[in-house]
Amino acid sequence: MCVVCGCSATGAIEGSAPVLTPQTGDLHFGAGTARVSVPGMSQERAIKLEADVLGANKLVANQNRTHFASHGVTAYNLVSSPGSGKTTLLCATIEALKQRAPQVRLAVIEGDQQTSHDADRIRATGVPAIQVNTGKGCHLDAPMVAAAFARLDLHAHSHGHPHAHPHTHTHTHGESHDPHHPHDDLHAHPHDHDHTHPHDHAHPAPEALLFIENVGNLVCPAMWDLGERAKVAILSVTEGEDKPLKYPDMFAAAKLMVLTKTDLLPHLNFDMARCKAYARRVNPGIEIIELSANTGEGMQTWLDWLLDAPVQDAKATPPTALQDRIQQLEAELAQLKALQT
Amino acid sequence: MHELSLAGGILRLIEQTRERDPFERVTHVTLEVGALSGVEVESLRFALQAIAPDTCLAGAEIEIQEPPAQAWCLPCGQSVPILQRLDLCPQCGSAQLQPTSGTELRLVDLQVI
Repeated sequence: MCVVCGCSATGAIEGSAPVLTPQTGDLHFGAGTARVSVPGMSQERAIKLEADVLGANKLVANQNRTHFASHGVTAYNLVSSPGSGKTTLLCATIEALKQRAPQVRLAVIEGDQQTSHDADRIRATGVPAIQVNTGKGCHLDAPMVAAAFARLDLHAHSHGHPHAHPHTHTHTHGESHDPHHPHDDLHAHPHDHDHTHPHDHAHPAPEALLFIENVGNLVCPAMWDLGERAKVAILSVTEGEDKPLKYPDMFAAAKLMVLTKTDLLPHLNFDMARCKAYARRVNPGIEIIELSANTGEGMQTWLDWLLDAPVQDAKATPPTALQDRIQQLEAELAQLKALQT
Repeated sequence: MHELSLAGGILRLIEQTRERDPFERVTHVTLEVGALSGVEVESLRFALQAIAPDTCLAGAEIEIQEPPAQAWCLPCGQSVPILQRLDLCPQCGSAQLQPTSGTELRLVDLQVI
């Protein structure tokens, strides 16, 4: 194969090699078996497909999503460039979660081209990790995650105890429980819907968190759905604030941007406000958290985000996203009206 | 770089089609790559040509259509065409655009013998 353009200098198309006319140099691709009339096989014809090229991956991703949900697992797909501090953040997150939410089971799928260094770092924290080496691949795909998840404790645990975790919203209404008013506790505070009140019914804490650390790459992983609840784009402040503009597909695909290594800000010329503005330009709805895994600053906000997430439920997510969008549009409308008056 | 995996996915789709509806080989394949799909068209063409030898795709003509993406412009209150995520509204110049289509990557049709 020609190194420059990849063309075949020799007859690389062996199976149905074109026939060369020596005098003119013409190539005849139809001179082989293709021209043979085979019963039941028509001559040249069109086949309409309209098929999604990533359809096979999406199918497996949706199977993963269902599988995660049935095991009470909420999965996050962590994406970033190499060296943004994904693994350091994960190790710090695991230690902090063990303190704050010891009942939540944790597991990690580590994607890299080579070595098990990252999985070894995670295993050192006592959390199960599966390393997936993609070889030459630049991203994880849904079948890789399905295979890795099947080997994780999160998976085995639930299969061992299929009925161990039904939904745990048991109401204790006391002796005077009136069957006609089963939810009077809700009616008592009809307007108390702020976050000072834990919404155990609407947002049960996840039973298990699965972190999928993708291959360090801000381009390719954007396209592959793995069955995660959300993609989390991690950007370290040492990288430059214009990354969201340089790699818009990834920041458009992410639900949350985590700005890491903020303890280094005094030594850098990183413009935080500009970085956030760039991210919101490619994705107006993106959420943003600043943190330092080294000093622990911002870690609680990150844990809140991880733990506050509703259990992965295909039915529950779209209305929430829609409501957020409606709120955002209403706010913009109010601003416009204010400007006009 | 991911265009090679995508080319592999396209070939798999074609081979699956061939199992259902047998043919000898593909003479022409039409693909549709949305402007926001994150696919580099020339890389995809290169990758398809690289994997084609010894498959039913060998020698096939590759046509790649690149329809513009659509975005909803908040100030204009209507759908406008854009070619990339950072484009401004072609009518009012606003950056308040919400892409509504353009991420699709589809195998549209095949011409086979």
